[in-house]
Amino acid sequence: MAKINTVQEAVENIKDGMKIMTAGFLGVGAPLKIIDALAETGVKDLTLIQAVSAHPGETHDIGKLVANKQIKKFVGAHIGTCPEIQEQYNAGTLEVEFIPMGTVVECIRAGGAGLGAVVTPTGVGTVLEEGREKMVIDGKEYLVYPPIKADVAIIKGYKADKLGNIQYRGTTKGTNTIMALAADLVIAEVDEIVEAGEIAPDSVGTPGILVDIIVKGDSLEARGKYFEDLWIRTKKMK
Amino acid sequence: MDSREIIARRIAKEFKDGMVANLGFGIPNMAANYLPAGVKVTLQAENGALNFGPTPKIGESDPDLGNSGGSPITLLPGASTFEMDLSFAIIRGGHVDITALGALECDQEGNIANWMIPGIFAPGMGGAMDLLVGAKCVIAALSHNDKKGNSKVLKKCTLPLSAAKCVDIIITDKAVMKVTDKGLVLIEVAPGLTVDEVIKCTDADLIIAPDVKEMEL
Repeated sequence: MAKINTVQEAVENIKDGMKIMTAGFLGVGAPLKIIDALAETGVKDLTLIQAVSAHPGETHDIGKLVANKQIKKFVGAHIGTCPEIQEQYNAGTLEVEFIPMGTVVECIRAGGAGLGAVVTPTGVGTVLEEGREKMVIDGKEYLVYPPIKADVAIIKGYKADKLGNIQYRGTTKGTNTIMALAADLVIAEVDEIVEAGEIAPDSVGTPGILVDIIVKGDSLEARGKYFEDLWIRTKKMK
Repeated sequence: MDSREIIARRIAKEFKDGMVANLGFGIPNMAANYLPAGVKVTLQAENGALNFGPTPKIGESDPDLGNSGGSPITLLPGASTFEMDLSFAIIRGGHVDITALGALECDQEGNIANWMIPGIFAPGMGGAMDLLVGAKCVIAALSHNDKKGNSKVLKKCTLPLSAAKCVDIIITDKAVMKVTDKGLVLIEVAPGLTVDEVIKCTDADLIIAPDVKEMEL
C-alpha cells in the first residue's frame, strides 16, 4: 500500500547528498510540482540522474534545481537544453557524467532489474572507451557499464490508485518504471488519485508494489494550460 | 534554394515507402517535408513514440504529447507510445531502417563527429551514438565546407567521434558520397558544380563513380 503525502511531506525525504532520479523528457511528463517544492528547500549536493535535462527555452523543471545550486553532479545524455547546467559545468562547479541516452536508460533498468552490467556497442571507437572495460562477443566489440541506482526516484503518472498502481498518458511512459525499479524510495506525482480497481489492470504502466508515496499534482486541465502557454512562450507552436 | 534545403531535399530521396526513420534535429528533420510522392515513412521519437505527426495548432496541444526536443506533437492513426528502454531497444537492436543526423565532421572511413568540440561545445550526445550504431542506414548531413572554406568531409576526423565506421551516405550542399570498402565514392554533385570543383573543395580522397550525376532535388 502506497502512502498519500502532500508535496511538502514527500520532499522531506530528500536529503543533502542523495542521488535522485527524475522522470520526464525535457520537462514533458516531469514531476513539476515535486521539483518546484524541492527547489524551495535548502537541500543541496544532489546527484541528478536523468535521460536528458531541462525543457529548452526558459528555466523550467530541473533547471530550477540547478539555478539554485542544489545539484552537485548530473548524470545523463544531454545538457544542451539547460543553460544553467552548461554554465556551472563550464565554471567547474557542477560535474557532468555524459552517458549515451540508450545506455543510461539501460543502466537504470539494469540497476533495478538485478543485472550486473550493461554491455553495449554504443560508444565503441570513441572517447567513451577511456577507462572502461571492453568485451568481445562473437567477434563484436562492446563497452561495459555498471548499473545505476538511486536513493529516491521521482516519477510522474496520470492516475494512481491507492495501491500505487500508475497509469500514463501519451508519450510520458518514458523512464518512470525503470526508475521506480532502481531507487530505494519511489515518489509518484499524479494528476488524480483513485480507488483500487478504477485503473484497469491492463492500463497499469507501473505496478503499485514499486511505488512508496503518491502525491496529488496539478489536474490534467491545469497542466494542459501550463504546457500550452509554455510552448507558445518558447515558440514551439504557432 | 539555400544549402539547408538542398541537403534536406536530397535526404528525403533516400526514404523508401514503409521505412522506419529517426531524424535528428535541424536539417534532417526538415527532410520529412520533402518526401517523394507515394512514400510514407514511420517516424520515431526516441522519447517513446512511433508514427507521430505534425506540430499541433494553438489550442490543440496535449501536455503529455512531446517529441525528442520537448516540443508538442500529434499522433497519427496507428501511432504507438512506449517506454524509453523499449525505444532504445528499437534503435540499438536494428529496427530503425534509416537515420539522418547532422555532423560537425565526417570522413572517408565512415567515422562521424557530432557531439563535441573540446573546450567550446559539449551539449552531450543525446541519442545520437545509439542511432549511429543501431540504424540500418546512416546518413551524415552537413555543409560541405566551413565558413572559411575548409572541407568538413575529411580523410580522418579531427574531433572526438560519435561512432566509428558507421556512416553509409554523406549528403552535403555540394555532393552525395557513399562510404564503401574501397573508399569514399562521389556519386552526385550539386547543380551548377563540376566534379573537379567538388574534388577541389574536399579533403577526403574521392573515388569518382563512373556514372556520377547531378544531385536530384
